[in-house]
Amino acid sequence: MSLGDSLRIAVRALVLQRLRTMLAMLGVIIGITAVIALLSVGTAASDSVTSKVSGLGARVIDLTPMGQSGVTLDAADASWLLRRVREISAAAPIISGSVTSYQGGKTWSTTLIGTTPGALAIEGRSVAIGRDFTRSETANDASVAVIGSTTAKKLFSGSDPIGRQITVDGVPLTIVGEMQTEGTSQGFGQDPDDEIVVPISLAQDIIGTSDLSMIVASARSASYVPLAVGHLEAVLDTRFGTTDAANVQSAAALGSTLSSITSILTLLLAGIAGISLLVGGIGIMNIMLVTVAERTREIGLRKAIGAKNRDISLQFLLEACLLSVTGGLIGAGAGIGGGILIERAFGWSPLIDWQGVTIALAFSVAVGILFGLWPALRASALDPVEALRSA
Amino acid sequence: MDVISVEGLSHTYLSGSLRVAALEGVDFGIPEGQMAAIVGPSGSGKSTLLHILGCLMQVERGTYRLSGEDVTKLPGDELARVRGTRIGFVFQAYNLVPQLTALENVELPLAYLGTPRRQRRQRAMQALEAVGLGERARHRPFELSGGQQQRVGVARAVVTEPSVILADEPTGNLDTASGQAVMELFRDLHRQGRTIVVVTHAPEVAAGCERTIHIRDGRVVKDARREGRPRDVARG
Ligand SMILES: Nc1ncnc2c1ncn2[C@@H]1O[C@H](COP(=O)(O)OP(=O)(O)OP(=O)(O)O)[C@@H](O)[C@H]1O
Ligand SMILES: [Mg+2]
Repeated sequence: MSLGDSLRIAVRALVLQRLRTMLAMLGVIIGITAVIALLSVGTAASDSVTSKVSGLGARVIDLTPMGQSGVTLDAADASWLLRRVREISAAAPIISGSVTSYQGGKTWSTTLIGTTPGALAIEGRSVAIGRDFTRSETANDASVAVIGSTTAKKLFSGSDPIGRQITVDGVPLTIVGEMQTEGTSQGFGQDPDDEIVVPISLAQDIIGTSDLSMIVASARSASYVPLAVGHLEAVLDTRFGTTDAANVQSAAALGSTLSSITSILTLLLAGIAGISLLVGGIGIMNIMLVTVAERTREIGLRKAIGAKNRDISLQFLLEACLLSVTGGLIGAGAGIGGGILIERAFGWSPLIDWQGVTIALAFSVAVGILFGLWPALRASALDPVEALRSA
Repeated sequence: MDVISVEGLSHTYLSGSLRVAALEGVDFGIPEGQMAAIVGPSGSGKSTLLHILGCLMQVERGTYRLSGEDVTKLPGDELARVRGTRIGFVFQAYNLVPQLTALENVELPLAYLGTPRRQRRQRAMQALEAVGLGERARHRPFELSGGQQQRVGVARAVVTEPSVILADEPTGNLDTASGQAVMELFRDLHRQGRTIVVVTHAPEVAAGCERTIHIRDGRVVKDARREGRPRDVARG
């Protein structure tokens, strides 16, 4: 019997048993959907981390007080470090806290950042409209602020915020600039465009502490980063007499740590998805065994009128493969769609892992052959006389 | 030359530790164009014999020649080829594939032979028309009466132009009228020169054949040939 004829018989059998066909495919559909969605979300996540890091410039170094041994950092430490460590070209103190802002009857809870004028540049951000606050405004404790685009939207609903007044925890501020939208977030769910940036002394007054949450520094060039990290650590150790004063981390190192974590997670998730695909395969095998048992008499008849063993096994193998490949295709569509939805929700640029799709589809064919083979061979090994005698 | 020729055919079934000798040294030949009935009490080995003649079963002891070719020791795939090309089997329970239409059921043996679709369709249609069911080509088995289903079964058996048509109690599930209609088909085929072997319990079916082989306990106990063609017998 020709392959086309065998294929036609297999399609016919599957179409006639629609409900069973759907149920048999379900495992593979779920498995393939999960594999593809997880692979592409995982890849998008680590891509987002990597591009974020390279966007920041590979020169950024964060110093975060560890809070142990009572050591705190203040604004003076930032300028001291800049003087002592030649490998860095800029350092800015960062102080942050949660605040409530008011404008024209609108209330918005957001993050207040206090820093010096250079900080935005170090972090690779820029002012889209208006300007950054100046050195003299910082020195004079001026009541000026630069806000993120999300904050602007919430407080001014689209109208130009420059020159307008807001109140932050009771302190009136004048908006002088709005930052360029960052869009994607490094951490999950944290919007980088929702913040109010003010001169550090003003932030100290509003939040009520002069303890820094971190110092951001910039190495002279990317190649200086490892040296700068080592030097900063050494200088901090001698200044505070402990190795636990602050955690010094370059953005590049952070990025590679993060992306290796995400790729391990991706592999783990893909492994789990792969297992669900195997379960799907067992589902197909189960259905095929039932089908063979139900159609024993038909198999006997086909043999009696001239079907070779190969014709019978091919027919059932094709049926199993059609099940798993159709399931695989549906799953691929759902996985690609689901992956894009998830990536959009996290604000990452949508990404289809075509390599993953190809591998998953190849896997589904393999599942069909692997799990269809045994039922197919059982069918072809049936004794025609006994098969014809069956009910 | 005999289309079918068996010598010393024996077959033993093993059911558990019990050995059941279903056939014990059966010899006979069926010349081309003959219509023979095999009769005998239940359990005498008729179906076993017919299954061996139909190459559905391996020969255990003895030899079986089909149109001169020794098929005794043929491997599985070769037996399948012999079944597909040289044998047409008609079953008591019709055994049509329920998902397929009457026409597709008749096409099936040709499909396994690799006959091209168009030609297959044409030949199957002719075979269906020959059994008077041209109108029912698109019907599925459950839409047909038992008698009609068995006529589709006969069409399926003859569509490959086999050397011999084997039927195991083809009228066993049918009422008298439908049974007679099916037997009329066999007699038509016989008139066209086909070789037919029918296993039956019904005396009137055996009476319509020109030869009756009696089997008892796995042996041929009587082999009765009638003079003349069966139509003379049937029409008195
Ligand atoms: N698969 C089997 N396993 C064991 N014994 C079997 C098997 N098939 C048939 N037999 C035995 O072999 C003997 C011949 O059986 P067979 O079916 O050939 O008889 P039969 O003449 O066709 O009977 P009936 O007229 O009832 O159809 C019987 O005793 C039967 O019980
Ligand atoms: Mg019988």
